[in-house]
Amino acid sequence: MKMVTVTVTVNGEPRRASVEARKTLADFLREDCALTGTHLGCEHGVCGACTVLLDGAAVRSCLVFAVQADGADITTIEGIGGPGGELSPVQAAFRDAHGLQCGFCTPGFVVSVTAFLRDNADPTDEEIRDALSGNLCRCTGYQGIINAVRLAARAGVR
Amino acid sequence: MKPAPFEYHAPESVDDVAGLLAEHGDEAKPLAGGQSLVPMLALRLTRFAHLVDLNRVAALRGVSRDNGSLTVRAMTTQAAVERDAEVARAVPLLARATPLIGHFQIRNRGTVGGSLAHADPASEYPAVALALDATFELVSKSGTTRVAASDFFEGTWQTCIDAQQALVAVHFPVWGGRCGFACEEVARRAGDFALAGAVAAIEVDDAGAVRRAAVGLFGLGPTPLRAHAAEAELIGEPPPTPDGYRALGQLAMRDADPVDDVHASASYRRRVGAHLVARTLASAVEEARQAHDPPGAARAR
Repeated sequence: MKMVTVTVTVNGEPRRASVEARKTLADFLREDCALTGTHLGCEHGVCGACTVLLDGAAVRSCLVFAVQADGADITTIEGIGGPGGELSPVQAAFRDAHGLQCGFCTPGFVVSVTAFLRDNADPTDEEIRDALSGNLCRCTGYQGIINAVRLAARAGVR
Repeated sequence: MKPAPFEYHAPESVDDVAGLLAEHGDEAKPLAGGQSLVPMLALRLTRFAHLVDLNRVAALRGVSRDNGSLTVRAMTTQAAVERDAEVARAVPLLARATPLIGHFQIRNRGTVGGSLAHADPASEYPAVALALDATFELVSKSGTTRVAASDFFEGTWQTCIDAQQALVAVHFPVWGGRCGFACEEVARRAGDFALAGAVAAIEVDDAGAVRRAAVGLFGLGPTPLRAHAAEAELIGEPPPTPDGYRALGQLAMRDADPVDDVHASASYRRRVGAHLVARTLASAVEEARQAHDPPGAARAR
């Protein structure tokens, strides 16, 4: 099997590994970087659990091959909070508004919402619902998540 | 879940893309945004010995306007189209269709060329390109070919692009005069593929009669379709009445050929399609009648 070398920056740290070209960025993050906060639900781009920031843009890491990210700057859920483990404003809002139950989908939601509020600091409810449409949650019924986004926006997340 | 093994190529020029496709023929597939191809590979619905990644070809990104047309290079992301003021001015229909594609995370990777080359009959851009008579620019080692949208879509996920060719740009005509545009669809959830959808482009003359009409249908047949009968009925006529729009919607379904599947029956798609045609036409005609400042002065929605 022909291997390719991937060099990326993940949450500010340089990472390098030799992987198969068919390895997705999601599997690379979980297996080669041991960053298992990025969750894999559907593995074909539907559920959004594996969302990460790729050069700042929220993307599904199951639909990008690791080799395609060579040279890129990646932020995963592990890089969203503070260095001492303190919650980011979006994470805190999810906790405070009961925006999660089992938590499996939460990393994808938090990363997506972090990017969304960065680009739209004062969204309408319709914009919030549209922005959340790319992530599936099977527990909450979404109302707590919508409340969390409202709360985070009010808290002035940027 | 992972795709079958492939050899990965990351060319940085169009010449190198054409060279790789010439060398590997139908064993190779261009990889654009990957938002449709990668799931198909992961589910093993398809496999290729070689993937030719277009993401590092800088010359394939960007939008430019020249001589009455807007050129969108193939690897321009849907997110870039969504943010581009020139697209909104020059080809409002393209701009308005874009937020309906997938989710913002999909649009960050998904590209104009990838969406068109994938040619899903339920997706938005193929219907926009067909309605506006866009021209597709294909490159292979033997040169550049231009193909009309009416010749581009051959079937579900089938286009006229051969294994040695790559889609490098799409040229959208810029409509001048008093114009209006609309795009609407019905999907089970936001971001899902449309059960049915319609796009409309209308130009009216000084007296308010319809001078030019284009209606595109998606999710209503094996390829994107034009509602030719409805278009012909509109041209030269004053704006229709509400009953007239409903009749045009019904007429448009004569050009539709929807399928029954688990998501919706063909008859449901026709009923929805007729309403969407009526609504998009009414909205586009009204916008055209309110427009005074040609060209490309269509207001934001």
